[in-house]
Amino acid sequence: MAAKDTLGRRGEQLAASYLEGRGYEIVDRNWRCPQGEIDIVARHGSELVFVEVKTRSTVAFGHPLEAITAVKLARLRRLAAAWCEAHPGRHDAVRIDGIAVLAPRGGPVEIEHLERVF
Amino acid sequence: MAIGRTHSVSLLGLQGAIVEIEADISSNLPSFVLIGLPDAALGEARDRVRSAATNSGCSLPARKLTVNLSPAALPKHGSGFDLAIALAALGAAGEVSAESIDRVVHLGELGLDGRLRPIAGILPAVVGAARAGFETVMVPTGNEDEAALVPGIRVVGVASLRDAVIWHGGALEPEPVEPILRPQSQSVDDPELDLADVMGNDEAVEAMLVAAAGGHHVFLLGPPGAGKTMLAARLPGLLPSLDAEAALEVSSLRSLAGFPVGGALQSRPPLESPHHTATAAALIGGGSGLIRPGAAARASHGVLFLDEAPEFASSVLDALRQPLESGVISIHRANSVAHFPGSFQLVMAANPCPCGQYGARDQECTCTPHNRRRYLARLSGPLLDRIDIQLQVRRITSAQLRVSADGPRRTTLDARTRVEEARAIAGARLASTPWRLNSQVPGSWLRGPHARLTPEVTASIDRALERGGITMRGYDRVLRVAWTLADLDGTDQPTADHIGRALYFRKAMTA
Repeated sequence: MAAKDTLGRRGEQLAASYLEGRGYEIVDRNWRCPQGEIDIVARHGSELVFVEVKTRSTVAFGHPLEAITAVKLARLRRLAAAWCEAHPGRHDAVRIDGIAVLAPRGGPVEIEHLERVF
Repeated sequence: MAIGRTHSVSLLGLQGAIVEIEADISSNLPSFVLIGLPDAALGEARDRVRSAATNSGCSLPARKLTVNLSPAALPKHGSGFDLAIALAALGAAGEVSAESIDRVVHLGELGLDGRLRPIAGILPAVVGAARAGFETVMVPTGNEDEAALVPGIRVVGVASLRDAVIWHGGALEPEPVEPILRPQSQSVDDPELDLADVMGNDEAVEAMLVAAAGGHHVFLLGPPGAGKTMLAARLPGLLPSLDAEAALEVSSLRSLAGFPVGGALQSRPPLESPHHTATAAALIGGGSGLIRPGAAARASHGVLFLDEAPEFASSVLDALRQPLESGVISIHRANSVAHFPGSFQLVMAANPCPCGQYGARDQECTCTPHNRRRYLARLSGPLLDRIDIQLQVRRITSAQLRVSADGPRRTTLDARTRVEEARAIAGARLASTPWRLNSQVPGSWLRGPHARLTPEVTASIDRALERGGITMRGYDRVLRVAWTLADLDGTDQPTADHIGRALYFRKAMTA
């Protein structure tokens, strides 16, 4: 596994535990379909939350949140619909969140969570 | 989250309108939205501000940043809002004191390295800020001397965004940078040409003196080489120096036109001599988006000289009729109207015919009568109606040259003193009226009870009017010039001699 993938895995793990700590129930992780992958699907109250996690070790190439582009958001929107289709049931409210994990080598980890980015 | 608020100035013509700049940071993916009718240059402020902030050591937060330029319906142009946008954003992020930036007007363009670049039009913008009641204005170091010319407002010059942030209480270490300065201007007041250089042509020199004293527009007609251009170029030297308000207006127009103003207001009347291929936009001002002043506006409080006037497009010349009438140049666009001052003194020069020799004593004219008539007919009647002095200038002969070389000639300095004295007399007489110069006084007032002359004095023009030699409008013009002649001679009222000389000053077109 390449270093960047390891970092991504670690970031997703950190994000998931962050969400659990905030009272989210993790429903699914790294769900794949032909269109792509959803990092985290969680339930928060009555809302179904699809989370895109971006992890960086430095901001030298931009802030992680800046890496969530309009194209990526549109794909996430389609993926959310695909997930709902694959998991029949009542999905009343759906929202898309972004989480930035800044994990510098040997430094403290910073997590930023943005709700309803789409 | 938070809102940062500060102010800048948007210029429409010479009028500065205060623009409030609000920045809001909301919890969303990083983006930078700029709203409030920005033009292309202002829209690009987003990228300049973000880079400048990062390179100044105070990055903008990775959130959605919305910047609103209010009033939202007023179109805004140019890069002068960069500093205000950056500080509003940093105020919203809590990097600088929100109260501090709210009290100050900010002007200046940002470089990507965070240094501030000087902008055009700083003088009218600072005047606008002072009129709106602001006490402090922050400008780029390169504009500091120009901004300091405006009385009653504190000017803070900063070299970089970092300095600005520190001034507003930001926790940054000062890092001296080399400020970006404008190219140094040559002396603001060009050396003036002296009237003593004019040989012979005494009546033309006299006419320029009258024009300067009464503020009359002048039309010079004569063959090539008669000295028309030489005379016109010496008229600004005869005019008195500008008062403080006029100097500020003239310098503001220079600043707006993008010319360097330097550390002193222009105190001498400007001379603008556009080429005859000038378009209406070049002459009165225009441009898409940002409306810039034209030559006529830049000549305000000075002289607008149109050499070879019949060669100008007639539509261009007629565009001058409105400013000649009202003293204000208004440029209308779909979403705004810009006003520039337009109280210039018009000097037009023309050859009498296309070959230029008609009426010359020494050479034969080769034009047909039809061509001759068509040539001067390009100057429309309504335009010539507004010109009080119409003078024929002749080529100087060798005998005149000999005589003139011996005798004493009038220098510009002497002439200006006489002009100032004459203007003082006219000013005292017109003190209770809205006018200051004889050229501004309407004919009805001159013929009315305040200034009516006895029939003996006006006998010659009364007779000319009766015979149809002059029109009623021409009659009024003669009266106006006669009053100026009387002021120059220091008499309380024009005499029959003054009327006679004034009549001479409007005979060019009939010669």
